[in-house]
Amino acid sequence: MLGHASQLARRQELGGWFVADVDAWQDPSGCWRDVVAGYEDDVMVHNSLYRGTEASTRGMTQYVNDALLHGYDNYDLFGRIPHHPPGKPGGPASAGELIEAATAAMDAFGVDVQVVFPSTLVNMGRTPLPAGEAQVISAYNRWFSEAVCAAEPRIRFLAHLPLRRPDVCERVIDEMTGKPGVVGFLVTSLRYDRVQDNRHMRLYAKIQEAGYPLAFHGGPSWEEPWMRTVDELVTVDAVSAPYPNMVHLANWVMSGMPERFPGLKVIWMGGGLAWVPFLMQRLDSGQLKRTSEAPLLTRLPSDYMREMYYTCHPLETQSPRMLRAAMEEICAPTQLLFASGWPQWDFDLPGSILGLDFLGEQAKRNILGETARKLFSL
Amino acid sequence: MARTGDSVPVVVARSEDIPERGRTVVEVAGQEIGVFRFKGKLFAYSNYCAHAGGPVCQGMLIGRVIELLGPDKQTLGDRISDTELHIVCPWHGYEYDVETGAHPIDASIRLRPYPVYERDGQVTVEL
Repeated sequence: MLGHASQLARRQELGGWFVADVDAWQDPSGCWRDVVAGYEDDVMVHNSLYRGTEASTRGMTQYVNDALLHGYDNYDLFGRIPHHPPGKPGGPASAGELIEAATAAMDAFGVDVQVVFPSTLVNMGRTPLPAGEAQVISAYNRWFSEAVCAAEPRIRFLAHLPLRRPDVCERVIDEMTGKPGVVGFLVTSLRYDRVQDNRHMRLYAKIQEAGYPLAFHGGPSWEEPWMRTVDELVTVDAVSAPYPNMVHLANWVMSGMPERFPGLKVIWMGGGLAWVPFLMQRLDSGQLKRTSEAPLLTRLPSDYMREMYYTCHPLETQSPRMLRAAMEEICAPTQLLFASGWPQWDFDLPGSILGLDFLGEQAKRNILGETARKLFSL
Repeated sequence: MARTGDSVPVVVARSEDIPERGRTVVEVAGQEIGVFRFKGKLFAYSNYCAHAGGPVCQGMLIGRVIELLGPDKQTLGDRISDTELHIVCPWHGYEYDVETGAHPIDASIRLRPYPVYERDGQVTVEL
């Protein structure tokens, strides 16, 4: 499947460039028994393992809200896009196999470092039990650092934060700072938490002080009331995938987080780029008229947004004119990070960036890896 | 398609290797080429998708999905066409009509064709 990717990487002479893939997906479900072993709650361990089969080790939907429910198992377009993971828990059966799969993709794409996102945990923010999310996330972070990153320095990750439990988040930061592979912290955006809630301010101060970036990772949602009117995944993905990030980013900016935590670098992952200029325009237009509703702001919302970071996947390349405009708005040469999204149905190759004639060479180098190198201290 | 100008003819398969609605994908002289048979005719295309270079000719072969409408424009559901056959690139799902090599909604997106013919039980592609 990736033979052509290797050819392209050789032809594009990526060997001489530093390339960081900031959002590559792996399914940790096959290794879940090892993750469960790290739960600190004995009851959860029992509940996750009592059936004795691998499928049950994920603890069912009480602890790990299965992102593969609700129609997402058709992202492979009913067999047309076979590399998209199957619509059931699976993936590599051990940390070693996960490392093999990740490094095989890296080698095929010409990537030097890969920041891995756990596909089946994208929906953790909507599990029924906040305490369950906290246990799962903490155990996953520890397992991934110790079993994967410690064994393969080319693989990194953003340690997840169970935002519904700010007390646990602070513990995660203390525990994971400096651990193998950790390049920052991440909140999955499919959740109904108010990022501007007072309960989170100590957390953001802690991350800022630790010197790590904070990322938010979006995802699609067919369950939302509006999306229930939709008949096909293409629309679900186009409309709903950027939506959680749009809401959280708007809340972040309009509540003045950039003013409160000016040293905290924030990354918005997933959903492509087209939504960003849209939000810039809408927030600027409204803020100029309703200034009193966001009193902490001293600049336009778009000014703050241009100082944030964005990952490119899935890049909307079909209209170079519109893509160029979007990249200019987000200051792509300094703020955009290459992300493949592999092995998803809409993955991007480094060639997606290299093929953009309106970018100069240094801009391409930055996007493909130099900006990530600085941001994550790679 | 008849032989053309300065091209080099290369035998890539036996006729019997490519059944109706079937294909073979070969590499000759460093070029990857997919050869298809549909409605009794042969078609040959470069195995590099026009979108991002994926191995398009190795993807699913399936009829075009069409949606039927009643006289009042109400949808009557989807069907798979048996008169239009598509190749689907396994990288991102781009579809191409086997007979034209073109994407069904943007004909400017198309596969690079090769002249192809068969004679005496052998299939020849011109490079």
